[in-house]
Amino acid sequence: MTAATLPLAREGFHAPTIEEFEWPSIVDLHVGGVDLSINRVVLQMFLVGLVVWALFFFAFRKPKLVPSGLQNVMEVLVDFIRNQIALEVIGRDGLRFVPYLATLFTFVFLGNLGGIIPGIFFPLTGRMALPAILAVCSLLLFVSVGISQQGFLTYFKNALFPPGMPKAIYILLTPIELISTFIVRPVTLAIRLLANMIAGHLILSVFFVATGYLLTSGNVSIVFGLGSLVFSVALIAFELFVAGLQAYVFTILSAVYIAGAMEPEH
Amino acid sequence: MSLALVNSILAADNTVSGNIGIIGYGLGTLGPGIGIGFLVGKTVEGISRQPEAAGQVRTLMFIGLALVEALALFGFALAFVIT
Repeated sequence: MTAATLPLAREGFHAPTIEEFEWPSIVDLHVGGVDLSINRVVLQMFLVGLVVWALFFFAFRKPKLVPSGLQNVMEVLVDFIRNQIALEVIGRDGLRFVPYLATLFTFVFLGNLGGIIPGIFFPLTGRMALPAILAVCSLLLFVSVGISQQGFLTYFKNALFPPGMPKAIYILLTPIELISTFIVRPVTLAIRLLANMIAGHLILSVFFVATGYLLTSGNVSIVFGLGSLVFSVALIAFELFVAGLQAYVFTILSAVYIAGAMEPEH
Repeated sequence: MSLALVNSILAADNTVSGNIGIIGYGLGTLGPGIGIGFLVGKTVEGISRQPEAAGQVRTLMFIGLALVEALALFGFALAFVIT
């Protein structure tokens, strides 16, 4: 972590590595060979889950006709998910997915936001487990939507054997469709979020460590240290943008996949 | 071949170090870079031709952006995986 690497920086510059993302466990817990140990990331995940719950609960506990305060903010968020994502991408049928999409957006956004909150400085979604499980949720959702909307056989027939093709092309097309729909979709969904967050966190760490190193190591380097300091502040603003954008992309792609499962492709 | 040249070649063998995954990532960014350039350029073109379609075009741009970006991010992730 940044605080731990700062003393090292005085003895020479040590660029942060992927070990930034490894945390020792606080409470060791093994259930039947499965490692359920609690470390800092898990605690942060509980915190984010609690914050998401609290935001929605306290905003809509006693909804007023003229919203104010928290209700106002959350209504803007839900309105955005409803109009810009559900209605725009899926259509009228998409309204029943607004709760899932809104929760997904809020959770991913707050998870990403941990990367720039002073005192936390760790993006929750920078660990593979969380994006992976969210991607699996979206996968299960769009497959079950497809099955319930079109029926089990029809859905898989439409997904794997798109109609209107010559018979022989299915030898080539079906494996591609199988891999791209049921494997590549969730994998890219997870890796896109993960890699963005890892990259953002590493860049921030590099600039923080470099600022500490340059400000303390010599006379001339203070000039560069100040430049690095200014740039690291600018990067925090950029990371805020990335956090919002990646949450938006994750949500909108989930919506696109759901929309694709609602109706057979033509 | 002079002795100095041989020595410099041998020395180069010792000084070049690092992770070849980073080179892979660099190569992996080329395609998505061109792709995102095309994508955003065409979006600007589309919006300036038909400003009332801006919302829809922007949504589609983000979807396309996310798909194009995926390959570069695979490169980034694999640079860490393969050491």
